[in-house]
Amino acid sequence: MPKIIVEVMPKEVLLDPAGKSVNNALHRKGHKDITAVRIGKRIELHFDRAVTDADIAEAQQIGESFLSNAVIEDVVSVTVQN
Amino acid sequence: MALFKKKQKFVPSGVDTTAEAAVTPDKAQPFVELGLKLEEYARIREILGRRPTSSELAMYSVMWSEHCSYKSSKIYLRQFGEKVTDEMKKDLMVGMGENAGVVDIGEGWAVTFKVESHNHPSYIEPFQGAATGVGGIVRDILTMGARPIAVMDQLRFGAPNDPDTARVVHGVVDGISFYGNCLGLPNIGGETVFDKVYQGNPLVNALSVGALRHEDLKLAKASNPGDLVILFGARTGADGIGGVSVLASETFDSTGPAKRPAVQVGDPFAEKVLIECCLELYHAQVVAGIQDLGGAGISCATSELASNGGAGMRVQLQKVLKRDESLTPEEILMSESQERMMGIVPKKDLKAFEAIVNKWEVEYSVIGEVIGEDRLYINWGEEEIVNVPPRTVAHDGPVYERPVAFPSYQDALNNDTVHSRGLYRANDNSSELAAQLVQIVSSPNQADKGWITNQYDRYVGGNTALAQPDDSGMVRVSEETGLGISIATDANGRYCYLDPYQGARLALAEAYRNVAVGGAKPMAVTNCLNFGSPENPEVMWQFKQATAGLADGCLELGIPVTGGNVSFYNQTGDVAIHPTPVVGVLGVIDNVARRIPSGWQDEGHNIYLLGVTKDELDGSVWSEVIHGHLGGRPPVVDLGFEKQLGDALAAASEQGLLASAHDLSEAGLAQALVECTLRFNMGARVWLNEISERDGVDRTCALFSESTGRVLVSVGREDDVKFVGLCEARGIPVLRIGVTDNSGQLEIQDIATWQLSDLRGAHEATLPELFG
Repeated sequence: MPKIIVEVMPKEVLLDPAGKSVNNALHRKGHKDITAVRIGKRIELHFDRAVTDADIAEAQQIGESFLSNAVIEDVVSVTVQN
Repeated sequence: MALFKKKQKFVPSGVDTTAEAAVTPDKAQPFVELGLKLEEYARIREILGRRPTSSELAMYSVMWSEHCSYKSSKIYLRQFGEKVTDEMKKDLMVGMGENAGVVDIGEGWAVTFKVESHNHPSYIEPFQGAATGVGGIVRDILTMGARPIAVMDQLRFGAPNDPDTARVVHGVVDGISFYGNCLGLPNIGGETVFDKVYQGNPLVNALSVGALRHEDLKLAKASNPGDLVILFGARTGADGIGGVSVLASETFDSTGPAKRPAVQVGDPFAEKVLIECCLELYHAQVVAGIQDLGGAGISCATSELASNGGAGMRVQLQKVLKRDESLTPEEILMSESQERMMGIVPKKDLKAFEAIVNKWEVEYSVIGEVIGEDRLYINWGEEEIVNVPPRTVAHDGPVYERPVAFPSYQDALNNDTVHSRGLYRANDNSSELAAQLVQIVSSPNQADKGWITNQYDRYVGGNTALAQPDDSGMVRVSEETGLGISIATDANGRYCYLDPYQGARLALAEAYRNVAVGGAKPMAVTNCLNFGSPENPEVMWQFKQATAGLADGCLELGIPVTGGNVSFYNQTGDVAIHPTPVVGVLGVIDNVARRIPSGWQDEGHNIYLLGVTKDELDGSVWSEVIHGHLGGRPPVVDLGFEKQLGDALAAASEQGLLASAHDLSEAGLAQALVECTLRFNMGARVWLNEISERDGVDRTCALFSESTGRVLVSVGREDDVKFVGLCEARGIPVLRIGVTDNSGQLEIQDIATWQLSDLRGAHEATLPELFG
């Protein structure tokens, strides 16, 4: 089934507490070369037909207005997987 | 210190230095965009004898904003410190002006409490706005040397059926529960009010209370030259840059979405570690002064610590640990990254300090030292970017006596009463009165708030003695003796709109009564004054009236204001919110085991109404819910009687005469009866005719009047004579109006009989239906 994948990340300038915690945990495990961790989310929109350019534009719009919180998050990519 | 090389030569670079400022006096600066008026900018130039550097401009602009400087409210807030007697001050260890007031509660214990607004951030980003509101007020309490022991939130939302209200309600409630629950602090009460005046500008006020031993008291000051300035806790990022000046001091319309600055994101687990770390630092006595970083970040902490201590400071800004290396010096100075503290540590104690923060895995950096000179120097590497007298930044900001005007609508509003309108009363129609009662107790403002408060942890810590839906929240402070404190907060925006002077006194009276009915002795007052724009003379009149009413009221009751917060510019477009001065009263109880429950628990107890019922329906819930009316004058408040009533309750409680006590306020006796039965599911039979006969009021008034100075109590039969005698001896009007029973019903004679399950259904379903 074709799907559109929307990826959302916390805004670069804002604190990402989950990412920070994971980074600290990795350091304790010895992975000292990792300098930062940031955790976002991946949302899949499934279709039972071929995905059109209009669908992608709509997914972008849904991503920015509904799937993410524009005040603290950015939609970093909208891609199609067939 | 090697950090600071003396170097004042002009070096061109990306950074605006004091040396550069001296040679480029005419450089245009964006002071208007930073919220400064031309006169204010001119005054900065006069203080410095040159143009400010961009870093200095950032500091002054944020510290001179309404939110930080209280420039419009200062002249009115002074009366809270002036209208006091020595008697009122005797238990006050720290009064107004510090991060929070501190009250001696005996046994070597003290408590500190404060309420603060986080209104504007919570509209833009409800979850993080409300969460960081909790985090901020908890750090204020921590700064005084106290362990935070409870929080409360005072919320005002728009109309319940407006689609945007659900967004704000869900975000705010989730944010509060997330942050508070993660910290492990019980949320012991608060307020929730819906009114369309808050549609584009919800109020999110957060209160915290903390307890400390007398010797642990800490103050935010740096007074010993040579002491180190240490920034510890979270790293500094680009959170909420300018948030404090732009978000808190401007209306949304003028900034618009495009210029919305980054909000702050909170990390409650980091805060929890910071709390434990700070408490250990205090006990080890390695910090000479401490300040939390909230609004205005490092700008505020450095200038206030230096100004409070009558000293100066040298800071190397490049030593600040950053989350993002690209931050400019101006951004670092203004950043509002959460979970940060600034400590003043004597050099000899640095090792001990390091051992403790390392144990808690809290990052820190020594960013400067205290100096004897009355000057705040901040360097960026070798460049000097700030060189100012700290007092001019922190405390000697502009003070305005804004124009005040009696509102043009006020007389018409006051003349438009329930009587002049001839609003219909269903006195002769029992089934209609019964329907009104159900309609009122299930209206969003009077309905059970469990849907909200059940999302908070009320009992974590195991010290909660009373919590919502009780009249006040009560927590135990000493596990040895049971010594505890209670807090109630109140504000009725509708009353305050009708008469801000009386409205503030009514809020005070209600909070005082709510503390008293729990069995505690009211001791101190805090406030959060939410108003419209100070640039509107009619709003300024409301503010002037409300502050005078509150200060006069506290003097009459003999309890001091220990601190508070002012939030202006609460409006959507040109329409200001109702003036909403949230008043919090702190009470002390020698043993929380002696608390008075708010509901009935035993059958066969007599129900007494204390106080007198008058025909006071203007501004009432009845006028709003049944008639959609707001006009006239709010109920009369007699603070002398409130005190008498409080003393009588305390005496009755000490003699163990009271099985329960519940305050009468919004929606009057009807609301109190429903809440008393539903609290522990105990039925009752009640009659109104004696109220009507004695007080000369109709049945609508007997049920719904909001006359003040009234309390509903239940008393065991064996204590009847004693209790009535006590009330009569103290001049408290007392009338037996009913008996509790196990019928599973509430019967109000000649009106209706309800199954408690039906009443509960009506009272508890409203909020889940709207938001669940």
